[in-house]
Amino acid sequence: MAAIYNLYIINKSGGLIFYKDYGSAGRMDTNDSLRVASLWHSMHAISQQLSPVLGCAGIDLLEADNFDLHCFQSLTGTKFFVVCEPGTLHMENLLKYMYELYTDYVLKNPFYEMEMPIRCELFEISLSQAIQKDRVALLGR
Amino acid sequence: MQFFGGSDISPSPPAPTAPGNNAHMIYVFNRNGVCLLYKEWNRPLHTLNAQQDHKLMFGLLFSLKSLTAKMDPTSAEKGNLGVPQLPGQGCSFHSFRTNTYKLSFMETPSGIKIILVTHPKTGDLRDSLKYIYNLYVEYVVKNPLYTPGAPVR
Repeated sequence: MAAIYNLYIINKSGGLIFYKDYGSAGRMDTNDSLRVASLWHSMHAISQQLSPVLGCAGIDLLEADNFDLHCFQSLTGTKFFVVCEPGTLHMENLLKYMYELYTDYVLKNPFYEMEMPIRCELFEISLSQAIQKDRVALLGR
Repeated sequence: MQFFGGSDISPSPPAPTAPGNNAHMIYVFNRNGVCLLYKEWNRPLHTLNAQQDHKLMFGLLFSLKSLTAKMDPTSAEKGNLGVPQLPGQGCSFHSFRTNTYKLSFMETPSGIKIILVTHPKTGDLRDSLKYIYNLYVEYVVKNPLYTPGAPVR
């Protein structure tokens, strides 16, 4: 089973609100993850400017030598992206499922302030369960 | 392997063309950011003027390379973000895809960057980029009248 290395959620202004590492060798400290998240937010925006045709919504997939980065942007501008092994399948489904978990456990939490870092235990628990679960179960949704 | 129709970048024998699936644009940059070649075959939307477009493209690629080197989950320790990476040092990306286009990128050890913007459904273009680089070496670099760092004519 191909591995997921880590995942990030950034708010519509580009600030990191969630970062979880699931086993990468290059663990990043908080400052670095914040910088990387803002950098990604800007790159996403610039890539829309360089599009040869109208209607570009930003980078969906970045393929590098040692990893792939899948990104999902919701209609509100919140971006979910996951760093995984090259060639991992069904990351888009995972990201959409993550979005569902986000709406259920984070947005419906009355103590959660919008655009602030996520500190919802249930969200993290269900996310870890989803990551460890068999990919086939995710596909069935 | 994708072959593209339209004009070729130098007077070489034309590559066999397949119907459809032509590229949108091609950029070639050297290590200083000078755009050596820019050709477009199909670009309905122009956001910026040519100079700014080249600078933006080069800047985007530079930052993306820095990002991928930092985010690489398989290497234990890397330099800080923003430190210019030597070509070939650190993990580099080879393509990214949006809903309207796919950008394929190749950097040679000499710092020459070749970028192809194509349709999003295009497959892996790394071999095509190598082929283009070989053409560049054959006809541009070996041309005695060519000064390195100048745009290709």
